[in-house]
Amino acid sequence: MRVMIGMSGGVDSSVAAALLHEQGHEVVGVTMRLWGGESDTGCCSVSDVDDARRVAQQIGIEHVVFNFSDEFDEHVVQPYVDAHQKGITPNPCIECNRHLKFERLAERADELGFDAVATGHHARIGAHANGRLRLERGADLAKDQSYVLHMVTAEGLEHTSFPIGHMTKDEVREHAARLGLRTAGKPDSQDVCFVSRADGREHFLGNRIPLRTARVVDRDGTQVGEVPSVEMVTLGQRRGLGTPGGGPVRYVIGVDASSDQPTVIVGDADDLLVSSQIVHSMTWVDDAFEGEALAQTSAHGDPRPCQVTSIGEREVQIDWDLRSTRIAPGQSVVLYDPTNTWVIGGGIAQRSPL
Amino acid sequence: MSSLEVVDVTSTYLDHAATTSMYPEVFDAMRPWQETHFANPSGSHRAARVARQAVDEAREVVANALGVNTGDVVFTGGGTESDNFAISGSVRSRGGIAVCSAIEHHAVLDPVLHHGGVTVAVTQDGQVDIDNLRHVLESVIASGEQIAVVSVMAVNNEVGSINDIAAVAAVVREVAPEAWLHTDAVQAACWVELSQITGHVDLLSLSAHKFGGPKGVGLMVVSNGATPEPLLLGGGQERGRRSGTIDVAGAVGAATALQKTTSERDQTSQRVLALRNELLDALVHIEGVVETVSREHTVPGIAHICLNDLESEALLFMLDAADVYASAASACASGAMESSHVLSALGISDDLRRGALRLSLGHTTTSGDIDRAITEITRSIGLLRERRAARKQRV
Repeated sequence: MRVMIGMSGGVDSSVAAALLHEQGHEVVGVTMRLWGGESDTGCCSVSDVDDARRVAQQIGIEHVVFNFSDEFDEHVVQPYVDAHQKGITPNPCIECNRHLKFERLAERADELGFDAVATGHHARIGAHANGRLRLERGADLAKDQSYVLHMVTAEGLEHTSFPIGHMTKDEVREHAARLGLRTAGKPDSQDVCFVSRADGREHFLGNRIPLRTARVVDRDGTQVGEVPSVEMVTLGQRRGLGTPGGGPVRYVIGVDASSDQPTVIVGDADDLLVSSQIVHSMTWVDDAFEGEALAQTSAHGDPRPCQVTSIGEREVQIDWDLRSTRIAPGQSVVLYDPTNTWVIGGGIAQRSPL
Repeated sequence: MSSLEVVDVTSTYLDHAATTSMYPEVFDAMRPWQETHFANPSGSHRAARVARQAVDEAREVVANALGVNTGDVVFTGGGTESDNFAISGSVRSRGGIAVCSAIEHHAVLDPVLHHGGVTVAVTQDGQVDIDNLRHVLESVIASGEQIAVVSVMAVNNEVGSINDIAAVAAVVREVAPEAWLHTDAVQAACWVELSQITGHVDLLSLSAHKFGGPKGVGLMVVSNGATPEPLLLGGGQERGRRSGTIDVAGAVGAATALQKTTSERDQTSQRVLALRNELLDALVHIEGVVETVSREHTVPGIAHICLNDLESEALLFMLDAADVYASAASACASGAMESSHVLSALGISDDLRRGALRLSLGHTTTSGDIDRAITEITRSIGLLRERRAARKQRV
């Protein structure tokens, strides 16, 4: 098989590339240049590209760099900024997978005559009894990344490979060390790749949009505090709300950033719980689904049992078996089968009414 | 070290604007100055004097080829250093700002902008717009700002367009008589009679590896009393204009290559021009291929085309796999292709810009190379379009 492997410069994709090469595939490593600005690994993440290139040399495969920075800006960075402006908490890694890795790169690979795109994600590709492919959790549940891959369809999986999905992170690192790859001990990437840790999210957003102060109010509208930038507030947050000390803990249960007078609404722990959630922009790995499922609402959150009902075009309502914490609007909700093995589909959390 | 046979007999190298292979006689001429006659020319013993003589002779050779005084020639560490010396050195020496064309190489453009300078528009054929040059110079002066240096490249590195430096000089001398005039002649050396340029400018940059010489060696002409501030301070070599132990082998290599290039220029230009035109004629027959600038205004060594439906990266990948080595725009530090500031200054549309392809020919290019390039480019474009159409049908 001719496989194009996305190499980020991390240990997972390094080992994935090595495994594909060992298996006898014709492998070309590709590093996508996505973000042209400052990052934690230098401008355009040059040191990550250096790592990826050196690993490719060590393995003995070709390595190229593709510049997808315009698309990254359009589909990931700009929507990330816009969402914050609307008081929505986006998941840029998912949008990057959706638009860059499994669309732009897949398209490029196809155009260049490759059979598949591989990545170093911790996820597996399995099959249903009828032979249809399905996206399964990675063997290392602590590192499982099926959540951020939920938009890959069964057709897409036919041209996709996750070579390290069956391995634990420790096994991946051992393999890298055995091959003498320079990325063997490299720490896992964290946070948003285009927001540098040194400057932080507030600095990043502040350079692009005006950050607005917001009144912090109770459910009855009484002002109890103030925040310097409504764009930085996330549902469920309980610190930094400028509320007086003592008394019951208050949580953010709603953010209204739409008006000229942005408002953050706080409530007690019970106000944070809801019995249902609407999810829009659903994509399904295979057929659309209704019924009993598990829903995961953050990258490493616990999947919780629910009932899924279709309520419109690519829109579902999930009714929690047990009342559950509100999901920040903009976050992805991913549905798994009741055995918690494979992904059914996923979408984006709608703002829940108070 | 890698055992990869990168550029072998079966490959077609059409990236001479990026670098050229060294002439064998250049390598031979350089060798003794690294091996047996390795002394530092600044020393006071006989071995040093032998090395010094080689540098002095190399400088004379360069001065003769360029038609300048021997004392005006400075050996530097490359084209980028020469350009930086010209721009930053002039601004630091005199104050004020630098003015350059919008399509300069980054080695000029970046220092100009770094020091708060301004750019001049170009025509759609990639030549500096003389009226705009006059206008920009006049408005800078009217604003009370001083112009330290004006820089206009002799030949553009992406599309190969040639500037009329005499016409540029006439405007600069008239409107901004105090300003020094610099030209980046890095891409001109193989194709343009340099002695016809040096008479019009105060500062001129060259890079040896672009004309069959060694990498890491630059040349700089500093004439007409221009005194840009040196970038490197130290031992005061090169009359204080460029400190650092003189690279004797590099100087000898640059001089040998320049001499050969100069003496063979007419012949090579004629031969390569025919090849380049043959290449362009074949490529513009492919549907959707656009000749980026009119070939009447370009050097023989560069064929630049754009495609409105394909992407440079994809096409370059296909050509690479077929052992045809070409380029699009300049690569950034990560190795990714950058969107070209040159094509955008020329007013080329986004769609065409994304499908840019630069094929640059040189002294080693044969008609066999051109035949292979035509075959492989035609095949690659066809394959990419076929696969794209097939994908569209599937999705």
